[in-house]
Amino acid sequence: MDVTKVLDAKGLACPLPIVRTKKAMDELQSGEVLEVQATDKGAKNDLTAWASSGGHELVSDKEENGVFTFYIKKS
Amino acid sequence: MTTTTAIKGIKVKELTKKILNGDQIFILDVRNTGDFDDWKIEGENVHIINKPYFDLIDSLDPIMEQLPNDQPIYVICAKGGSSEFVAEQIAEAGYDHVYSIEGGMKAWSEHLEPIKIGDLTGGGAIHQFVRIGKGCLSYLIESNGEAAIIDAARMIEPYEQFISEHNLQLTHLLDTHLHADHISGGRMLAEKVGGEYHLPPKDADEVTYTYTKLEDGNEIKVGKAVIKAIYSPGHTIGSTSFIVDDQYLLTGDILFIDSIGRPDLAGKAEDWVADLRQTLYDRYKQLTDNLIVLPAHYMGINEMNKDGSVSEELGKLYKENHGLNIKDEIEFRKTVSENLPPQPNAYQEIREMNMGKIHPDLEEQREMEIGPNRCAVR
Repeated sequence: MDVTKVLDAKGLACPLPIVRTKKAMDELQSGEVLEVQATDKGAKNDLTAWASSGGHELVSDKEENGVFTFYIKKS
Repeated sequence: MTTTTAIKGIKVKELTKKILNGDQIFILDVRNTGDFDDWKIEGENVHIINKPYFDLIDSLDPIMEQLPNDQPIYVICAKGGSSEFVAEQIAEAGYDHVYSIEGGMKAWSEHLEPIKIGDLTGGGAIHQFVRIGKGCLSYLIESNGEAAIIDAARMIEPYEQFISEHNLQLTHLLDTHLHADHISGGRMLAEKVGGEYHLPPKDADEVTYTYTKLEDGNEIKVGKAVIKAIYSPGHTIGSTSFIVDDQYLLTGDILFIDSIGRPDLAGKAEDWVADLRQTLYDRYKQLTDNLIVLPAHYMGINEMNKDGSVSEELGKLYKENHGLNIKDEIEFRKTVSENLPPQPNAYQEIREMNMGKIHPDLEEQREMEIGPNRCAVR
């Protein structure tokens, strides 16, 4: 998967991970992929819900040592 | 554009008072819709709407028409960060009374509100501690300078505070059963403040600590008051009820105001249905009708009295509670073992923690307890 941009939202609490994700997405072109790294436990539910409400595709996600990584493809 | 607007914070204790007082409350819940549908603030005069904060990052347009101009706006989220973010935007849009609920649903879930239920014949009183955010009820019985607590919640500070304010000595901690929906504060209180911790032995096969066995017919003295234990299985195999001062029947998770206990949280629905039926249709029936039932949970505000307490006469429940009026045994079995609501969040881990098998840290304990109690079937 080609990642166009990486957003480091580690250590940030709600709502910042999503606010930053949204800003980063605004700068991408349709079809490009954003990688988001976050440590907030609520991030997964919220990112999933946010992506689907905006029509973006959450391509995959993983958790390693308390860091969540999400790959989101812009609609 | 750059004017700073001061939004106010409100503590859940203050909000609880307003809700129990019957005030008109407008709440904007900015968690994602799945979480909102699962579990939210309720109250007689609470008007609550949901719009996730991430739909409000650019503008408030999606909710503008729903915001009231003539009353305060309370904003809540999971932990208090996003509600502050949204509340600031609402204040910037020109609204004067905008509050962010401090600590969010996490704090809401942890608040305990003590409400006096009534006096005891030999002096003293029984108090209900309402965990309004989760629908859990615990009890403190005080008489002649001594106190006992039944089904204590994980947050032990409110009990400690009550005990020190009233100059009481804590002598007994009792759990009606091994809980699956919340972490028991009974052992913690026994260790920190003092007193004997009692648990029904049939629920305690796997526990890793020492405790006092709670057997049918036990009489526990608290000052001049007496707590009588009645073995009443069905929610769990050990479930035990208490008659306090011959006036009150503490039913644990066996009988609620508008529902009855579910027998499946320890994976034994099939085996325990007959026990539940016998407890509800035989053992309890032999008790006097004018006992005041005090359950360990409530599911909705319809079960709440005007003052925020939860109680009802046993005789009235035999007339009105659907779960006590299912004549056919097969239909009863179906009601309590089929189409059950989802199990409480992390109920297996909660049981293991209550057995002393695992020791999660505070943050993990909080996560385990998120959500409604879901101990009943209707």
